[in-house]
Amino acid sequence: MSEFDHNDSGHDPSRRKALSCLAAWTGAAVLWNVTGGVPRALGMTTEGTLQSAPANSLTFVQISDTHLGFNKLANPDVVGSLRRAIADINALPQRPAFVVHTGDISHLSRADQFGQAREMFKEIRVDRIHTVPGEHDAIDDGVNGYLKFFDTDGRGRAWYSYNQGGVHFIGLNNVQNFKMGTMAALGDEQLAWLKADLANVSHSTPIVVFAHIPMWTIWAPWGWGTSDADTALALLRPFGSVTVLNGHIHQVMQKVEGNVALHTAASLAYPLPTPGQAGFGEPNPITVPPGELGKLLGTRQVSVIRGQQRLALIDTPLDH
Amino acid sequence: MTKTRILANVRRYGMWCTTASLLSLVVMFPVQASTPTWTVDITKMAFSPADMTVTPGTKVIWTNRDQIPHTVTSKDKGGVLSSKGLDTGDSYSYTFTHPGDYAYFCTVHPFMMGVVHVRK
Repeated sequence: MSEFDHNDSGHDPSRRKALSCLAAWTGAAVLWNVTGGVPRALGMTTEGTLQSAPANSLTFVQISDTHLGFNKLANPDVVGSLRRAIADINALPQRPAFVVHTGDISHLSRADQFGQAREMFKEIRVDRIHTVPGEHDAIDDGVNGYLKFFDTDGRGRAWYSYNQGGVHFIGLNNVQNFKMGTMAALGDEQLAWLKADLANVSHSTPIVVFAHIPMWTIWAPWGWGTSDADTALALLRPFGSVTVLNGHIHQVMQKVEGNVALHTAASLAYPLPTPGQAGFGEPNPITVPPGELGKLLGTRQVSVIRGQQRLALIDTPLDH
Repeated sequence: MTKTRILANVRRYGMWCTTASLLSLVVMFPVQASTPTWTVDITKMAFSPADMTVTPGTKVIWTNRDQIPHTVTSKDKGGVLSSKGLDTGDSYSYTFTHPGDYAYFCTVHPFMMGVVHVRK
């Protein structure tokens, strides 16, 4: 654990008003920063290669919704899509501190799908892979099948925290407590743990939270929200800088609320409709014309820059 | 089960009312004519039909027609309906023996809901 830095990094999160990112839909990788509330595009390289992370920063990569085991029309080759993402990560000019997978690793919670994911993750040239479960990873026996392969801290539960580079990272499981007709929840036990965990963290420490389902209600009829997210966000609000990274909806969206910025990521499997999109009564996989899929799937690079009070997200589609 | 066998079965018992149901493709009689069977399609993230009334002894078969997995799970923990994750084309069945209202949902998509009313 020696690579972990348990000291505060000297960030001044109170000056960080917001952060932003650009959807992968544009087919271009653009780095957006917001400093003092003013968005500023730092641009991408003219060759279309991946933007390198700012110097003197803690950089990590978010991938999401690989759905290994899916083989239908919307993407008959999810393994190939993950391999392209791995190649992109391994080609980054600056090796990321870690990779986080924000859930729906598997399509059907099957052991062979988890096993294949774990083997493929070994191809990523990075020290650590963190994961949180998606609802597709918790189908038959809650997260027990998932934990056989991805028990991050060996404690037999799917939530955890750690400090690295002056940042407090928290992984949450919001795919439990499924009840008929309601959105998924974190549950009282996990919320109590979160409260106790945060009690030991200075309010000036930047917080980054990983959870599969968005921590804000994007579209309740499709279950695109977490029913007790408000309780968790109330615990996080006193902190000067909170970034929540989600998956689940297979598209890049964001919400900035004071010092709390919430982002969803692109999938590596298939696109889903935009919330409530006309003509789509339900969030089923969308089959796009040939050549379009790679523009809608992608990876995300996240940088926390020491002393510059900003956190940068670069969303890069597989086709770039 | 072939159509021929169904029709032969129906002729044997002379159940014309059942024939009408057969034509509507809702109720089918397997070889054991005493076990009526209903089918539920899981399509476009909905159970179709989502609400049905059957008699005790009725077998209900759910089949997933979506590209994504679904479950058939009783609303109440420990309920009788408890499917595995159903991949595209997978089916799950349960034979209801006791009268009652059996509410169920998909644990992957908790807004997908259905109910089977079992009435004598």
